[in-house]
Amino acid sequence: MNTILLLHLLLVFMVIGSIITVEIKNMLSAVISVGAVGFILSVTFLFLGAPDIAITQVIVEILSLILLIRATINVDNVAIEEKGESIFSNRTTLIFVGIILVFAWIAFQSLPAFGEPSMRISRYYLLNAYSKVGASNIVASIILDFRAYDTFGELLVLFTSISGAFAVLRRGKIDKHKDHLKIDLET
Amino acid sequence: MEKKVESGMSSIVKTITSVMVGFMMLFAGYFILFGDEVPGGGFPAGVMMALAYILITLAYGREFVEKRVSGITASKLTDVGVLIFLFVGFFGLYFSGTFLNNFLQNNESLFFTSGTIIINDVAVALTVGMSLYLIFLALAIFGRVVCEGSLCKDLGRDSEEEKE
Amino acid sequence: MTLYFLDFLLFMIGLYALVTKRHIVKKILGVAIMEYSVNLFLILIGFKMSGTAPIMVADMDFATFIRTAVDPLPQALVLTSIVIGLGTLALMVAIAIRLYERYGTFDMHEINRLRG
Repeated sequence: MNTILLLHLLLVFMVIGSIITVEIKNMLSAVISVGAVGFILSVTFLFLGAPDIAITQVIVEILSLILLIRATINVDNVAIEEKGESIFSNRTTLIFVGIILVFAWIAFQSLPAFGEPSMRISRYYLLNAYSKVGASNIVASIILDFRAYDTFGELLVLFTSISGAFAVLRRGKIDKHKDHLKIDLET
Repeated sequence: MEKKVESGMSSIVKTITSVMVGFMMLFAGYFILFGDEVPGGGFPAGVMMALAYILITLAYGREFVEKRVSGITASKLTDVGVLIFLFVGFFGLYFSGTFLNNFLQNNESLFFTSGTIIINDVAVALTVGMSLYLIFLALAIFGRVVCEGSLCKDLGRDSEEEKE
Repeated sequence: MTLYFLDFLLFMIGLYALVTKRHIVKKILGVAIMEYSVNLFLILIGFKMSGTAPIMVADMDFATFIRTAVDPLPQALVLTSIVIGLGTLALMVAIAIRLYERYGTFDMHEINRLRG
């Protein structure tokens, strides 16, 4: 009973933090509050019984904060403010979001009850992980032995997206003439 | 007598960085070696390696880092990580008949009690860590490349001579 | 059941930021919030009431461990999903920085007007 109450409280904090992120005008404050949402998420993972995901979420959150702050701070002005109205009107989007939430409440009645997963596939992994692989961490033995092919595909996806980002960021080459090179070497 | 200009941050930051980087790499090595008994695994190890290199880059400036681990070395290490994973898969095909089979499973040696999980962990950590370090270098450090004939030199991010 | 609904509310807040705001970095923050909510939903599906983490300690009874362990399969999927989310966030930030250097503004209305 105590765990359920704590999970509700943490989720309410995350919703409040994300509303602050979306509505605040100063960009640096928005990035900081998305970082706060990520850290509350990591604590939620710890209470849900997933310690290695909590470790990974903290470290990934720190790195994504570094990247986002690089995007918002410029040489000209610090923390560009947001101005103007929105593309779609505010009220229409809010009405549609409300309709979707009503339908989602009806749709979530048909999921299995919270706290009783039907572990049809995981039963095999839990029974055979220690005897066949010899590892104590069942999640590591799933991602690196039972389903290692998916991890290989994930490495390729990460590799491709970083290569794509590198190709987007590369600036052009400038060829200088030969006499310009001589002037550069002399000074 | 001219004063030598120091690059990077102040000496307090440099001293603390030189202590903390050792702990970060030790933590990453702990996750790789004991990934099969302790929560963690290869992915936090790789991201922690990237964070250690980013800390060195921020504290010591780019000339210090380019002599030791440049962008070319980082991109080659990324390829090495993916290739290690692929070769382990082909060894599994050669020894036991299916791709990526665990051909060292459940033996009694000290480090390899769980087979090829540790080798896969090293591959994953290398790929993830060096990719993220490379994207940080591209966002923050690399500038415009200037070529004269076949010599290419990389100007910094805030050089004023190449604004168009 | 209200936990699922609060999680979906988080997803809708991220979607609202992606659709409605004009600043590019606000849209990127909306995508990040949507990724958080999807990962949380997968872990919430696999939670067992008063369960333990799926890591075997040395002197644990095997039958008790099978009965009270949390589902490990969604955790394996979410672990790779978090790192891939970081990769796509890096790509989006790179594109946003290139747009700023090309057009001089982060505002999507201005970029649509100045393009071409």
